[in-house]
Amino acid sequence: MTEPRYLNDIKGKFPGTEAVLPEKIKDGIPAFDCPPSLILDIVKYLKAEGFNYLMNLCATDYKDTFEVIYHLSALESKAKITLKVKINREKPELASITPLHPGANWQEREAFDLLGVVFTGHPNLTRILLSCDWEGYPLRKDYSRKPDQYD
Amino acid sequence: MIDNKLKDKDGFETMYLNMGPQHPSTHGVLRLGLVLDGEVIVSAEPDIGYLHRGMEKLAEHRTYQANIAMSDRFDYVTSMNNNFVVALAIEKLLGVEIPKRAHYLRILMAELNRVVNHILLFGFFAMDLGATTALIFGFREREEVLDLFESVTGARLTYNYFRVGGVARDLPEDFIQKTGAFIKLMRKRIKDYDDLVTNNVIFRDRSVGIGKISKEDILAYSLSGPVMRASGIKYDIRKDDTYSVYKEFDFNIPTREDGDCFDRYLLRMLELRESLKIIEQVLVKLEPGEIMAKVPKVIKPPAGEAYIRTESPKGELSVYLVSDGTVNPYRFHLRAPSFINLQILQKILPGVKVADVIAILGSIDIVLGEVDR
Repeated sequence: MTEPRYLNDIKGKFPGTEAVLPEKIKDGIPAFDCPPSLILDIVKYLKAEGFNYLMNLCATDYKDTFEVIYHLSALESKAKITLKVKINREKPELASITPLHPGANWQEREAFDLLGVVFTGHPNLTRILLSCDWEGYPLRKDYSRKPDQYD
Repeated sequence: MIDNKLKDKDGFETMYLNMGPQHPSTHGVLRLGLVLDGEVIVSAEPDIGYLHRGMEKLAEHRTYQANIAMSDRFDYVTSMNNNFVVALAIEKLLGVEIPKRAHYLRILMAELNRVVNHILLFGFFAMDLGATTALIFGFREREEVLDLFESVTGARLTYNYFRVGGVARDLPEDFIQKTGAFIKLMRKRIKDYDDLVTNNVIFRDRSVGIGKISKEDILAYSLSGPVMRASGIKYDIRKDDTYSVYKEFDFNIPTREDGDCFDRYLLRMLELRESLKIIEQVLVKLEPGEIMAKVPKVIKPPAGEAYIRTESPKGELSVYLVSDGTVNPYRFHLRAPSFINLQILQKILPGVKVADVIAILGSIDIVLGEVDR
């Protein structure tokens, strides 16, 4: 089986993009570490290459950085790809892909709500699952909740 | 916040209507903020989170096996399918192969649960449109399946049947014969369903041509499952990104072209028949054997991550699981189909009448337990 063209192109076209070692990724989907400044361009490029379906978007707190993970799929060729973006934990900002994939809207709001990742260019970046007066971001590893009557 | 100072096209004031969170047809606690011009919707904003239980945070403090028990509560109508995806994800990280019989039992349960989900949709959707009899019909057949589940798992709603490496219990002796009888009964009842609801003129008037979703919107908004297939996209993860042993079974992926409420309803009725076909094949293929693989007592998957997709009755149900080598997951993210499918409301509701909102919401088939998690 020959490697699809986009897998080589993505590294050539976007400097700083690195393939993630397959030992870490157990699901067999090719994964790339992408620089935060290029994520919008990479998603746009992949969309033109047929990756028209955003399966999933979520974020993880790795204590020293945040990682935002995009799982994209091409419904025609059934190919899948994972994009991983490490962002600064002190200033967690990343371009929103909602203009390209409107389905990312609520998923970005969820990442903002639970982890505090700020997606710039998002049309309505407000809390979605928690109430609007909630303090802190629960899915951060250093989040400590106030003890309640059961503690 | 909704801008309730929106003016209608003639410059008159609009009305802001709060639908929910305690509204019988919002299927739980969903609030829809509707801006109305007379009876027509100008803008709509779903407000969710009333049932948020912080499950992704909870998952980080539980063992892997305990997370399967928790997954029963995501979409409490289809617990088996939730068990399925979490078990698959953990096994992927562990690198465990499970015995053949366990595969078959899992598919048997997942498809029976799909039947339950679609029967319930039949009842609730007709109820949303004002037909109360259909709900009783739906619950009557659901009861049959719940009795089957009870005989295997001991529970009627939260089954906790899947284990890392297999399933919890083998089938009781008369299960196969009872399931065979249920399939026969269900085939007869589907005919009744069609006579009562599908071919009903009033039902068709309320659903044909209402709430159309185009192919482009399906892709843009990442909709999945029956909603996607009702708009003419032939994509089913069971076939196109196959998992477990689904490739051994012969079944079709029904599609419809129009993408309106009626098509979404009818597609589920067609899928129901396909699920019965799969169950029948499982019953033939079942052979005695092991139901559990050899897995360590304390489950500590090596560090790594996996994104596992399955086709739940509501759409693409996937888990993104990160392990750091300890007994608890480092990160557990659920890609809930109800949550993502619900986004389309903002796009398709403007321009429709208030009564049709209920039809559209019912046809998308959401469960708030999964939306809010």
